[in-house]
Amino acid sequence: MAEYYEAAIQFDHVNYSDRGTLILKDINGLFPKGKITTLVGPSGAGKTTLFKLCNRLISPNSGEIQIDGRKIDQYNPIELRQNVGLALQSATMIRGTVMKNLTLPLTLKGSELTEKDAKELLQDVGLDEEFLNRNVKDLSGGQRQKVSIARTLVNKPKILLLDEITSSLDRVSQQDIEALIVRINQKYGTTIVWITHNLTQAITIGEYSWVMIDGELIESGESSFLDNPQNDQVKQFIKGDLA
Amino acid sequence: MTFLTLSLALIFVLIPIILSKTLQLELEKDTIIAAVRSIIQLLAVGYILQFVFDSQSIIYITLMIVLMIGAATQNARRKGASIKGITWKLIVTFIFVEILTQGILLGFHITPAEAQYIIPISGMMIGNSMVLSILFLNRFIAEIDAHQDEIELILSLGGTSKQAIHSQLITSIKASTIPTIESQKTIGLVQLPGMMSGQIIAGADPVQAVQFQLLILFLVLTSVVVTSVLLGFLSYPTLFNKQMQLLKAEE
Repeated sequence: MAEYYEAAIQFDHVNYSDRGTLILKDINGLFPKGKITTLVGPSGAGKTTLFKLCNRLISPNSGEIQIDGRKIDQYNPIELRQNVGLALQSATMIRGTVMKNLTLPLTLKGSELTEKDAKELLQDVGLDEEFLNRNVKDLSGGQRQKVSIARTLVNKPKILLLDEITSSLDRVSQQDIEALIVRINQKYGTTIVWITHNLTQAITIGEYSWVMIDGELIESGESSFLDNPQNDQVKQFIKGDLA
Repeated sequence: MTFLTLSLALIFVLIPIILSKTLQLELEKDTIIAAVRSIIQLLAVGYILQFVFDSQSIIYITLMIVLMIGAATQNARRKGASIKGITWKLIVTFIFVEILTQGILLGFHITPAEAQYIIPISGMMIGNSMVLSILFLNRFIAEIDAHQDEIELILSLGGTSKQAIHSQLITSIKASTIPTIESQKTIGLVQLPGMMSGQIIAGADPVQAVQFQLLILFLVLTSVVVTSVLLGFLSYPTLFNKQMQLLKAEE
């Protein structure tokens, strides 16, 4: 049950609408501190929008979000975004080399990533160090996702928000990334929230899970509830009827 | 040139009308409207200029410049309608360009402080500045639209608004100023500039006409670069809110 967990991110009656369309409806819940939470739901459920709210790229129309017990609007946006890392499915790159992308978080702070650290990061995400000087336009979708994850790790965020980061990867690469995420969580105590379409991944990797459908948080709790959901909409979703 | 000889120039209006009629281009009405408007507007400007030149009144000179800035702002603001406060940003830009160029010209006695120098040069500077504003705004808005993901990426990693928009801002400044700089590289080789040609036709010494044209070219260089840079740096902060969030165009 939610009340037994210390919250890294807490949502209290959060609503968000864009151009008159309600995208998130009365979200109440939490992402437990130091745990891996998996977030599942059909397309258009508002999962990515929820992540953008946590990184404060957008603000809710009503309701309150707390990060580590502090209201989100009490943080300096730069400090907050460095501590709440966000890797989106689109894996957007800036023009140039992989190295330029990896060093970007530090360039924004006026410093540089060393070549040694950059190579280690590439190894962590399962890319060969020869990729360092490759132009990002020559990368495959999966390679971009790996670079995107590595880049997000540069800031050493306390909370890591991952949006379908393994969707373009083959099974072996998916397992590499899963192992990496578990390792980061265990080594640094990083809170990780992972949007995935893969229910097996959601159950095996996640300690806690959310199911969102049509902008609402339908059910949340220890990931085992996904094996035996109580809510009819969640049952339908898991059966594949709401994909 | 007399009004009688000028009336013969209407032959050059008749040619496109006849062609349009023959080829059913349906351009006759617009051609006639364009010709009539040019005659009325330019004659009116001619008489107004004659009045202002004769008076040499600082009030009339200022009024003419204010009218030019007003018309240029009105024309350019539509292109930047999605940028909050674009009207006053354009006004500030045009005023700055005008003060900078006239300040240098008059301060260093490069041109005399007379209406027949101040008004035409102001017109050329504000006109160029207006065209540059439109080019810049078109490109800047398109760049933001096309690279919204990149802007949000930099914000999401902890970048400031300025860092997030830097690439789009620089690209837009370069793209809007390059045509002017490039066209100046071939000036005199491909075509003679209009002002210089007009002076030569009116009987001025060609070398003096060239000197004035060079002055104008260098002024145009300053005005276009200053316009893009100033308008860019005035515009980008209003694309973000205090939380360093990229605002949607509708907002």
